[in-house]
Amino acid sequence: MNQWQNFLKGFIKENPIFVLVLGMCPTLGTTTSAMNGLGMGLATAFVLVMSNVVISLIKGLIPDKVRIPSFIVVIASFVTVVDLLMAGYAPELHEELGLYIPLIVVNCIVLGRAEAFASKNGVWSSFVDGLGMGLGFTFALLILGSVREMLGSGSIFGLKFIHGDGMLVFVLAPGAFIALGYIIAIVNKIRKA
Amino acid sequence: MEYFVIIISAIFVSNIILSQFLGICPFLGVSTRISTSVGMTGAVVFVMTIATITTYLLYYYVLEPLDLVFLKTIVFILVIAALVQMVEIILKKSSPSLYQALGIYLPLITTNCAVLGVALLVIQKNFQLMESTVFAIATGIGFGLALVLLASLREQLDLVNVPKGMKGIPIALVTAGILSLAFMGFSGIV
Repeated sequence: MNQWQNFLKGFIKENPIFVLVLGMCPTLGTTTSAMNGLGMGLATAFVLVMSNVVISLIKGLIPDKVRIPSFIVVIASFVTVVDLLMAGYAPELHEELGLYIPLIVVNCIVLGRAEAFASKNGVWSSFVDGLGMGLGFTFALLILGSVREMLGSGSIFGLKFIHGDGMLVFVLAPGAFIALGYIIAIVNKIRKA
Repeated sequence: MEYFVIIISAIFVSNIILSQFLGICPFLGVSTRISTSVGMTGAVVFVMTIATITTYLLYYYVLEPLDLVFLKTIVFILVIAALVQMVEIILKKSSPSLYQALGIYLPLITTNCAVLGVALLVIQKNFQLMESTVFAIATGIGFGLALVLLASLREQLDLVNVPKGMKGIPIALVTAGILSLAFMGFSGIV
């Protein structure tokens, strides 16, 4: 597999959300608007890239038996970095995403890529894999966030395009489940076709 | 009285799955059969309570005096992972029947974000130790309630002719959405 394919697989073929259905909690919890979805996606992508690179660098040093706890420590360190950076430079977004930032630690995608890819491949491929998966995740969050914002408040990235209110239910919890359910169904349809 | 409010709000009003979106992975993965979801609930209530008490004590008696609060994410996740291992070993020795019942679900719990979520939430909400314990147990029960409800709905869905693209995860998500809509009716109780 060349690097370009390695990069592209995260978008549709192995998209972490639409196809692998991993990392559902931040997906549903933070996509109340396109902006929040984008912010969460980029934060996760950063952690994914950095932890993939570091883990593939130190994979020779970690004894096999303690590899999972070691991966978790690496991931948790980068999550703390993101948490502090966001609190410093984007306090509003940090406030909005709240609990979901520290919870990137337990996002199955990050640990999943560390275990399935970075612990077996070189630094460069791991970097590309992390970037592709991270951006694929961001892409999925952006789509879900845009759909919910358009239906729920009639705006996109905060720009109103209808008068009055949208269907509030799509901004609230139930809308997240329903919108994601239908998006996955559509993606299934496209992939089979 | 305040404990009662905590319990009702953790189980119904701000249900951990249906309104906070924590612990969705086991929610979708384990909710195909009622029996497995009951097993999972038992394991989650157990680990969540012990983990919350441990992390609470660690935070207020070790991290805060040493001014290491920013390390809480790393410390909490390691404590939870170690705790799950320890609970597994102790249960295996002391209560084989309980171990038999919970065994396969225990390792899955480390990656359940609800456990880490509750540990972080009680710090955020400034709960006392007793309140935190009650909150953890009630949240676990709320998790179980949502899990068992969805499992019983999905068992019925097996018998229905679902459109091809909607089979599996999509229909489960839409069902969960309707369930969440029903739970919104509880808002305003407390």
